[in-house]
Amino acid sequence: MGEIIRLHGVTFGYERHPAVHHLSGAVRTGALTAVIGPNGAGKSTLLKGIMGLLRPLEGRVELVGLKRAEIAYLPQQAEIDRSFPVNVLDTVLLGHWRAMGAFGAVTAPLLAGARAALEAVGLMEFAHRPIASLSVGQFQRVLFARMLVQDARLILLDEPFSAVDDRTTLDLLRLIAAWHQEGRTVMVVSHDLEQVRTNFPEALLLAREPVAWGPVADVLAPTNLARARAMSEAWDEHAARCERGAAA
Amino acid sequence: MSLDALFGSLYPLLLQPFADYGFMRRALVGCLALAVGCGPVGVLLMLRRMSLMADAMSHAILPGAAVAFLWAGLSLPAMSLGGFAAGLVVALAAGGVARLTPLREDASFAAFYLISLAAGVLLVSARGNNVDLLHVLFGTILAVDDVSLIEMAGVATFSITGLAILYRPLVVECFDPGFLRSVGGGGGLAHYGFLVLVVVNLVAGFQALGTLMAVGLMMLPAAAARFWARELWALAALASILAFVSGYLGLLLSYHGSLPSGPAIVLTAGVVYGVSVFVGPRGGLLSHYFPGRHRAA
Repeated sequence: MGEIIRLHGVTFGYERHPAVHHLSGAVRTGALTAVIGPNGAGKSTLLKGIMGLLRPLEGRVELVGLKRAEIAYLPQQAEIDRSFPVNVLDTVLLGHWRAMGAFGAVTAPLLAGARAALEAVGLMEFAHRPIASLSVGQFQRVLFARMLVQDARLILLDEPFSAVDDRTTLDLLRLIAAWHQEGRTVMVVSHDLEQVRTNFPEALLLAREPVAWGPVADVLAPTNLARARAMSEAWDEHAARCERGAAA
Repeated sequence: MSLDALFGSLYPLLLQPFADYGFMRRALVGCLALAVGCGPVGVLLMLRRMSLMADAMSHAILPGAAVAFLWAGLSLPAMSLGGFAAGLVVALAAGGVARLTPLREDASFAAFYLISLAAGVLLVSARGNNVDLLHVLFGTILAVDDVSLIEMAGVATFSITGLAILYRPLVVECFDPGFLRSVGGGGGLAHYGFLVLVVVNLVAGFQALGTLMAVGLMMLPAAAARFWARELWALAALASILAFVSGYLGLLLSYHGSLPSGPAIVLTAGVVYGVSVFVGPRGGLLSHYFPGRHRAA
């Protein structure tokens, strides 16, 4: 099977400090990958970089036959104003942005698609409720429904389960598994190693530098986890300039 | 009291000023035009947490209007153009700084409006006298002529049309800007287009209410509407209605009490807001302290 993302020695960072340092590798089309690592390991940064929200300090991200608009991205702390007076169905309909754009009409099939997505996340009776009236878990379901509608080939989720209960997590994991079945490529940032072990075939362990990337059982080996922990603690405000890759 | 007698006593109070005087009729139509445009624009400003930004913009318009006033006298087209140009420069510069640098929108607007306001005060004090300044600051809705009416109606039409076109990207930019960026949905276009709408509405309002009061008819009805309605379309419609009612009652107050019309209208809008804060069913103080019996589920 082909590759959908290729990372060529890519470095992302803030104020010239690397948060993801010289990461090379490829994500296969259709892979379901958990991105794991300690806090500050660069997991969120990597997703932002793939999404094109951050410019690489060095190296590059290659999207293979994939347009940015075909990526669905759920940030960890979405800048969503949840007090805004908009209802659940309209929020889900926005997933059709590629089809309807800023000015296009909402046609009957688009509306049907949004309703089907709401059905799939179990929120059909909430269609006309304002988003302000939802709980955190219900709102996360709405965002997943919007991604269902988006019909994206690559789906990036940044800690989608961090504030939701077990039942919601199970339901959302089922949706992710379905995406995997449909051949979509999915990358999920997670902290829960047990959950990663049982639900994800592959994992990428980051500690700013890549520690391990491959089948989940290999990546989660105790030696890797210990190494990741040690590496993530080595932060130096006045680190010298990195010369790696400069000669290449 | 018979119905006729009741009507007879209310007629001079509520209707006669408009029947007798053309300037009152024009002022009333002017208020209607302002209300139609300012209502939805004010609601969106409020939902974007840019209420104070509208105030900043109204100050930013001052130097442009002042320059035109000193140059062309009390000419509405000249002052409108001057105010529009100054407002547009400040809005686009501040909006650009907010989009392209880490400085937040409120801070970048504060920076640019202060520069603009200082320049305006300097210009007016160097060349004009205090009476001129009062004209620019407090407006002259009772002197609204046909040209200004056409301008206000034009602005109202432009605002409603513009909002209808920009509606979807503008709303998404308000509540989920990250998503709009991720689908490449033209948030910048909506943002700048909206700032232009804010400026033209303030310019239309300053002729009638003065540069500093114009924002009153934009923000007070919007803030009041929040206590009565929940959906966006209802908020916008209600804000327009409340703005027009404030204009009507404010004009009557100004007529019967021989008060300046601009502050009278804005103060009336303030009373409407105050009442809404207390008795509005959506989070008003009364509903907060006396919520009534809770439901079973």
